[in-house]
Amino acid sequence: MDGYDFTFSGATLRALPQGALYWPCEGVLVVSDLHLGKSERIARRGGSLLPPYETIETLRRLDTVIEGCGPKTVICLGDSFDDLAAGQDLPREICEWLLRLQAGRRWVWIEGNHDPGPLALGGSHLAELTIATLIFRHIAVPSATHEVSGHYHPKARLTLRGRHIARPCFVVDENRLILPAFGAYTGGMDCTDPVIAGLFRPKALALLTGPQVRALPLAKLG
Amino acid sequence: MNALPPVFENWFARHGWSPHPHQLEMLDQAMAPALLLIAPTGGGKTMAGFLPSLVDLADGTHEGLHTLYISPLKALASDIRRNLERPVAEMGLPIRIEDRTGDTSSARKRRQRADPPHILLTTPESLALLTSYEDAARTFAGLKRVIVDEIHALEESKRGDQLMLALSRLQSLCPDLRRVGLSATVDDPQAIAHLLTRHPDPCRIVQADPGPNPDIRMLETDTPPPWSGGGGRYAIPAVLEEVKKHNTTLIFHNTRAQAEIFFHHLWLANDDALPIGIHHGSLSREQRERVEQAMVDGHLRAIVCTGSLDLGIDWGDVDLVIQVGAPKNVKRLVQRIGRANHRYNAPSKALLVPANRFEIVECHAALAAVREHDLDGETRTRGPKDVLCQHILIRACAGPFKETDLLAEIRTVGKYADLTRAEFDDCLDFVATGGYALRAYDKWQRLMQRPDGLWQLRDPRATRQIRMNIGTIMDPETLKVRYKGRGGAPLGEIEEGFAATLTPGDTFLIGGQVVRYEGLREMTVQVTRNPGKEPKIATFNGTKFATSTQLSQRILRMLEQDSWPELPPHTAEWLHLQREVSQLPKAGRLLIESFPRDSRHYTCVYGFAGRNAQQTLGLLLTKRMEELGLHPMGFVATDYATLIWGLDPLCDPEPLFDITALREGLDSWLAGNAVMKRTFKASAVIAGLIDRNYAGQRKSGRQATFSSDILYDTLLRYDPDHLMMRITREEAERGLVDFARIEEMIASIKGRIDHVTLDRLTPLSAPLFLEHGRTPVEGAAQDRLLAEAEAALMADAGLDGLPV
Repeated sequence: MDGYDFTFSGATLRALPQGALYWPCEGVLVVSDLHLGKSERIARRGGSLLPPYETIETLRRLDTVIEGCGPKTVICLGDSFDDLAAGQDLPREICEWLLRLQAGRRWVWIEGNHDPGPLALGGSHLAELTIATLIFRHIAVPSATHEVSGHYHPKARLTLRGRHIARPCFVVDENRLILPAFGAYTGGMDCTDPVIAGLFRPKALALLTGPQVRALPLAKLG
Repeated sequence: MNALPPVFENWFARHGWSPHPHQLEMLDQAMAPALLLIAPTGGGKTMAGFLPSLVDLADGTHEGLHTLYISPLKALASDIRRNLERPVAEMGLPIRIEDRTGDTSSARKRRQRADPPHILLTTPESLALLTSYEDAARTFAGLKRVIVDEIHALEESKRGDQLMLALSRLQSLCPDLRRVGLSATVDDPQAIAHLLTRHPDPCRIVQADPGPNPDIRMLETDTPPPWSGGGGRYAIPAVLEEVKKHNTTLIFHNTRAQAEIFFHHLWLANDDALPIGIHHGSLSREQRERVEQAMVDGHLRAIVCTGSLDLGIDWGDVDLVIQVGAPKNVKRLVQRIGRANHRYNAPSKALLVPANRFEIVECHAALAAVREHDLDGETRTRGPKDVLCQHILIRACAGPFKETDLLAEIRTVGKYADLTRAEFDDCLDFVATGGYALRAYDKWQRLMQRPDGLWQLRDPRATRQIRMNIGTIMDPETLKVRYKGRGGAPLGEIEEGFAATLTPGDTFLIGGQVVRYEGLREMTVQVTRNPGKEPKIATFNGTKFATSTQLSQRILRMLEQDSWPELPPHTAEWLHLQREVSQLPKAGRLLIESFPRDSRHYTCVYGFAGRNAQQTLGLLLTKRMEELGLHPMGFVATDYATLIWGLDPLCDPEPLFDITALREGLDSWLAGNAVMKRTFKASAVIAGLIDRNYAGQRKSGRQATFSSDILYDTLLRYDPDHLMMRITREEAERGLVDFARIEEMIASIKGRIDHVTLDRLTPLSAPLFLEHGRTPVEGAAQDRLLAEAEAALMADAGLDGLPV
């Protein structure tokens, strides 16, 4: 499978073009911020009736990635559901689809700020998880190292020969790795925003998703 | 025959006036259900429209609202109030007149609903909002007349469609309501009458004497205009001379940015310190009002302005109109010229200042068209469904409704007269349930049908959100500009995209002042004064003006001449130079120029086919270029040419025009392009799918909001026949022509393509670099750009990644 291989905290990881992370030697696939059930939550709270297809679309993409790398473990890095009620209200076909994806592998739901409690879906529910040298949690802890997280939906923006380009991206330095949001209805925060950039050292890289993953120095963006 | 009461006759006589024949005819026809007056500016149009109301109100017996006046411009509403209050005061009539716009305070607005004046002056959006209240029937009780001013400006706009839908509602509340339309000279009065009247009522048309032909000339300057460039800076000394020779001059520009730059340089050259002001829609309300007042008081010798002054404002003693930049549209030119000399039967005087040499050619063509009274026509269309969806939401805010009543009401609007039951049901279903093939929102419907069959809002609290989203104008997202510090004075607004290019220390022009960008705070651009420094230029609000197709055909005929004795020598030389280094376009052949510039490769296709056709051509040619691996990045279309840029040069244009290859995969290419996504966003906001303030949340960097392109892509994949997708296709087609017509065009020029490859841009292509409305192409070019950046930036930073 295409992707951008790099080493982080001694582990060889692969940033996939769709915005998922794969760890070949452990057989671990990581996706963050799926926000399943987002359109339903917006409608429930009296907002717009957005096209109710984002959960299907997100699972379709996840299905493709799982199909491509056949992981032993899948980690959903938090904010997997737009809120707990959205998680509880998933249509039966969606629950069955999730069960199918979970079959034959370990499945971990890391808690996020949108989905802080356990849900009656298969898989284990954890606040954080350590595998080998790496720790997986939803929101980065500034003092942490060896940390893989999500939450911020980082996005890179740049202008090349007069053309504006914006792509969801991974951001990585020697201490931490932040994943882009994998859900279909997710926006992004500029990765040069102090909220994100402040967590990283000067030599951090942004790995841009797209047809091919492209690495750019974070310091050269914005 | 309705005679003019003595108090009115005396008033006219006291001023030494006598009523115009069309004013008396309007009074005579006062009881007609619909009445359209076509009169030139200065023809006493406003008085003609209000005369029947003033006469009816003169005895002081009418209770409540009598006449509603709608104008497309806020400024016009307050201007008309001033003009109306004077005769009412002078005649001592017991008539209360008030205006109501987005600028009116909320306390006053509340009071107006409970205790309306006799005459209320408002805008289409404010009227739509008024009809959304549950007490609308009480507010409008007794309403007898509605006057729609400058109705020609509303004809081909969604604001006009929304207004007519609101009038259909008013007509149900007040069945005897009589409609009056006031219009500038138009090519097809019947079309305006069709718009105005309650379908199928007849509409009487009153034609005023059109007056003498205007006196329009080109401004002679010592310095020739540049090849390219849009500002008209070269003409400043000559413009100042003209300002000195006249009492009051209006100097029109096509864009706000150009008005700012011109004003800045005019001021620097203004050695006599003539009082000159600037007025455009991006300035703060305080600033606009200050200029408007100074103008009314006769304190200004000139105003540099844009379309915000375009519509019939009757201010002071304007005796000269200067148009900087080609007028692009003959109808607009004639209306602008009407601003000068508001005395009836005196010719208006105007000067054209072309900003570059191509515009000299355009101006000559436009002048010829004015002399021949050849006003541009526009295509008539059916009422748009996004506006209809918003109307249903507004109706639901006002209270429960029966769907058959609403449909009957909507069909009294001319443009919706042939709306089918199925089309209406689609719109109602979309508003109520989202209208998706996947019925996901049964629990959370927006509208519910009650047991008695009436429709109502599921949650009455939704009215707030619906009212906040009323309107059909799609402004580019803007940020307010203020001086830094506590209570800093507001200066105006700039486009978000422009603000994003600023770094602290950068300078730009706003309100004629050079200011220094200090930073962004709470979504306000903070600036400090920075006199004297040369500004970085504001690009905000590049208002788009398309030349009419007729005008581009005139231009093509001019270019085919052997020589141009009618043009100034510098422009004739410029055309000869184009002929020397490349060619001039010829009818029946297709000229294509290719050249490099600024690390991109450009291709210019001169079709002279009108903007819609050139836009479609841009979509088709970039599709083929993508397939041929030429990495196109974007294009811009004008009425006479399409300019395409990309990463690779075009060596042979022949394969681009292969009809079979063009047809293949065309649908998916068209469905995925940026024109569709842009159209979708606008319609989705109007139809109520996306909140208008959604964009504002994006500015604050909240990652919870996402681009409307994602919604479009999702619908395209899962629900391609959803109403919003059908609306998007219908709307996009208004700006495109169908493939068959392009096919015809390609067939007719087949084999007669003149491809010229050059090492730099040509005289004729230079003006295209100024065009707004660029369409990006989604394709392989982006990835190649990123690959290049990756190689360059990583090496530059001394990083080769975090390699394995």
